[in-house]
Amino acid sequence: MAKNFKFAFFSALLVFALAVPVLNLRLTLDGITLVVTGASAKVQWSIVACAIGIFVWQLLRDGIAGLIPQRQGPLVPEGVSNFLTLPSTQRWGLVALIVIGLIWPFFASRGAVDLATLVLIYVMLGLGLNIVVGLAGLLDLGYVGFYAVGAYTYAMLSEYAGFGFWTALPIAGIMAAIFGYLLGFPVLRLRGDYLAIVTLGFGEIIRILLRNLTEYTGGPNGISGIDKPTLFGLSFDRRAAEGMQTFHEYFGIAYNSVNKVIFLYLIALLLVLITLFVINRLLRMPIGRAWEALREDEIACRALGMNPTTIKLSAFTLGASFAGFAGCFFAARQGLVTPESFTFIESAIILAIVVLGGMGSQLGVILAAAVLTLLPEVAREFNEYRMLMFGALMVLMMIWRPQGLLPMQRPHLELKP
Amino acid sequence: MLLEFDKVSTFYGKVQALHDVSVKVDRGEIVTLIGANGAGKSTLLMTLCGDPRAASGQIRYNGEDITQLSTAEIMRKDIAVVPEGRRIFARLTVEENLAMGGFFTAKSDFDTTLEHVLELFPRLKERYDQRGGTMSGGEQQMLAIARALMSKPKLLLLDEPSLGLAPIIIQQIFDTIEKLRSEGMTIFLVEQNANQALKLADRGYVLENGRIVMEDTGAALLVNEDVRKAYLGG
Repeated sequence: MAKNFKFAFFSALLVFALAVPVLNLRLTLDGITLVVTGASAKVQWSIVACAIGIFVWQLLRDGIAGLIPQRQGPLVPEGVSNFLTLPSTQRWGLVALIVIGLIWPFFASRGAVDLATLVLIYVMLGLGLNIVVGLAGLLDLGYVGFYAVGAYTYAMLSEYAGFGFWTALPIAGIMAAIFGYLLGFPVLRLRGDYLAIVTLGFGEIIRILLRNLTEYTGGPNGISGIDKPTLFGLSFDRRAAEGMQTFHEYFGIAYNSVNKVIFLYLIALLLVLITLFVINRLLRMPIGRAWEALREDEIACRALGMNPTTIKLSAFTLGASFAGFAGCFFAARQGLVTPESFTFIESAIILAIVVLGGMGSQLGVILAAAVLTLLPEVAREFNEYRMLMFGALMVLMMIWRPQGLLPMQRPHLELKP
Repeated sequence: MLLEFDKVSTFYGKVQALHDVSVKVDRGEIVTLIGANGAGKSTLLMTLCGDPRAASGQIRYNGEDITQLSTAEIMRKDIAVVPEGRRIFARLTVEENLAMGGFFTAKSDFDTTLEHVLELFPRLKERYDQRGGTMSGGEQQMLAIARALMSKPKLLLLDEPSLGLAPIIIQQIFDTIEKLRSEGMTIFLVEQNANQALKLADRGYVLENGRIVMEDTGAALLVNEDVRKAYLGG
């Protein structure tokens, strides 16, 4: 009881210490000086109430837990969760998603389609990082660096050489892959925490380089006016540039800016599908298994005659190339790239997508990308508490379902009794 | 002569772990290496695998000098090692573990090898779709050996296969080793469990502080007074 009391007391103190500066203290302008004022009495009382509430809860929590009848079994019945994670279910789920994904933008609002495009970018990034983190087990905190490389590759090719989106797309992928390969070399000997720190540094280096190479990258202002993708040479602008034709003129329909949004969405969907297809192929190839084996035990891999260097480099390179594609598309969609789009928080969110989805699971990554992108948008009305809710959700998620939303299942045969 | 260590010395930084060690393994033999903790038994095996690399001396496999080859190259030469502490791929299924073992096996040989290995370890067949990490210690050791066998080795290196296993399981493992010998495989066994290892072995070496101090047939070492005192409990 004494221990509980101590714990409860400090919990309450912590609530108080956190809530008072954040919620109670307000800076207001009095003439030209800043004055610290307290919040309304209602806020102050609710802080006190919260602290007391936490104190009582922590003090009596064993007792309260005893009062609530213990629920038998897991939250989702065994059969249902098993069914949901079966490879065959996931495959059909995927097919259904693709069909829905192709049809719905024509009936949805412009904002929704635009948001969906953003989700798809994160899906692509999540799938790419999934190779490195989920499959090969190499914790990469600088993944956003490759995303930036892809984006700036297209931006610069478009700005200085007049390349179109479709020609720049493979180049951006290759550039990011080269960077992934180069980063792979120095970190080959590292694992776990050390690897994470080095990759984190690498991501920052790329961002800072992009900000300071003002001559080429436009510095903090970035590069703007990047060409949008075209459909076999048909542009989606209202008026075509010299020697180009617009989509609506060619098909003789009225100009509608939604067409462009839908077109971008469909490109993103196409890229995601290609990514999914390629990764699925790779997983069925020996290299996919070698990644997983490397994640499990590097020494055993070497004992079996595999070369960890090659395996790691291939994971880094391939993972990075998908970030490159995503980056290229991102640049085309925004029409503007700045170093601020590629901060560490992006890496963290992509990593969160992989972890939240369930390491190694592709459907999980898709679901998590949707949740993590849509949630801040949906919760926009809570404005400043938005990120707080976001954080709380992730904490709760990791407590209740540490294996992720849809954990990866090993392909296996089902025996019917 | 299948494998020969010729005056091999190995260092960990400045510390010398092996002093001019010479060991020979003939084709079809079971040779065991016994010694106390820290004598350098595992170091000897790891030196053979190229990590750490021998500072001096030569390691010959099938007459070829393999001292300077990379680990990956050495391990693809009909040599398979069962590392100390099993080191199976815990979150991969038994099937996938075995597939990793046969990573460099020709496709045409893969199925027959798999069948053969599963015949040796019927228990693995029962656990085929189970994740490696969810099996018992004995089953994991079987999987580790089976995985090594998937590469169709001519020389099998075993590093303390009895580590942490119940006596009855150890007996099973040693029975399997016996069976492998009858199939013509050459086995180099590093063991702390000197009693059982020497009973099985054609020849044995005793390693002490990085030096080979004794070399004889397994039966002779088993009755040797010094060996009995030091490793067999009097």
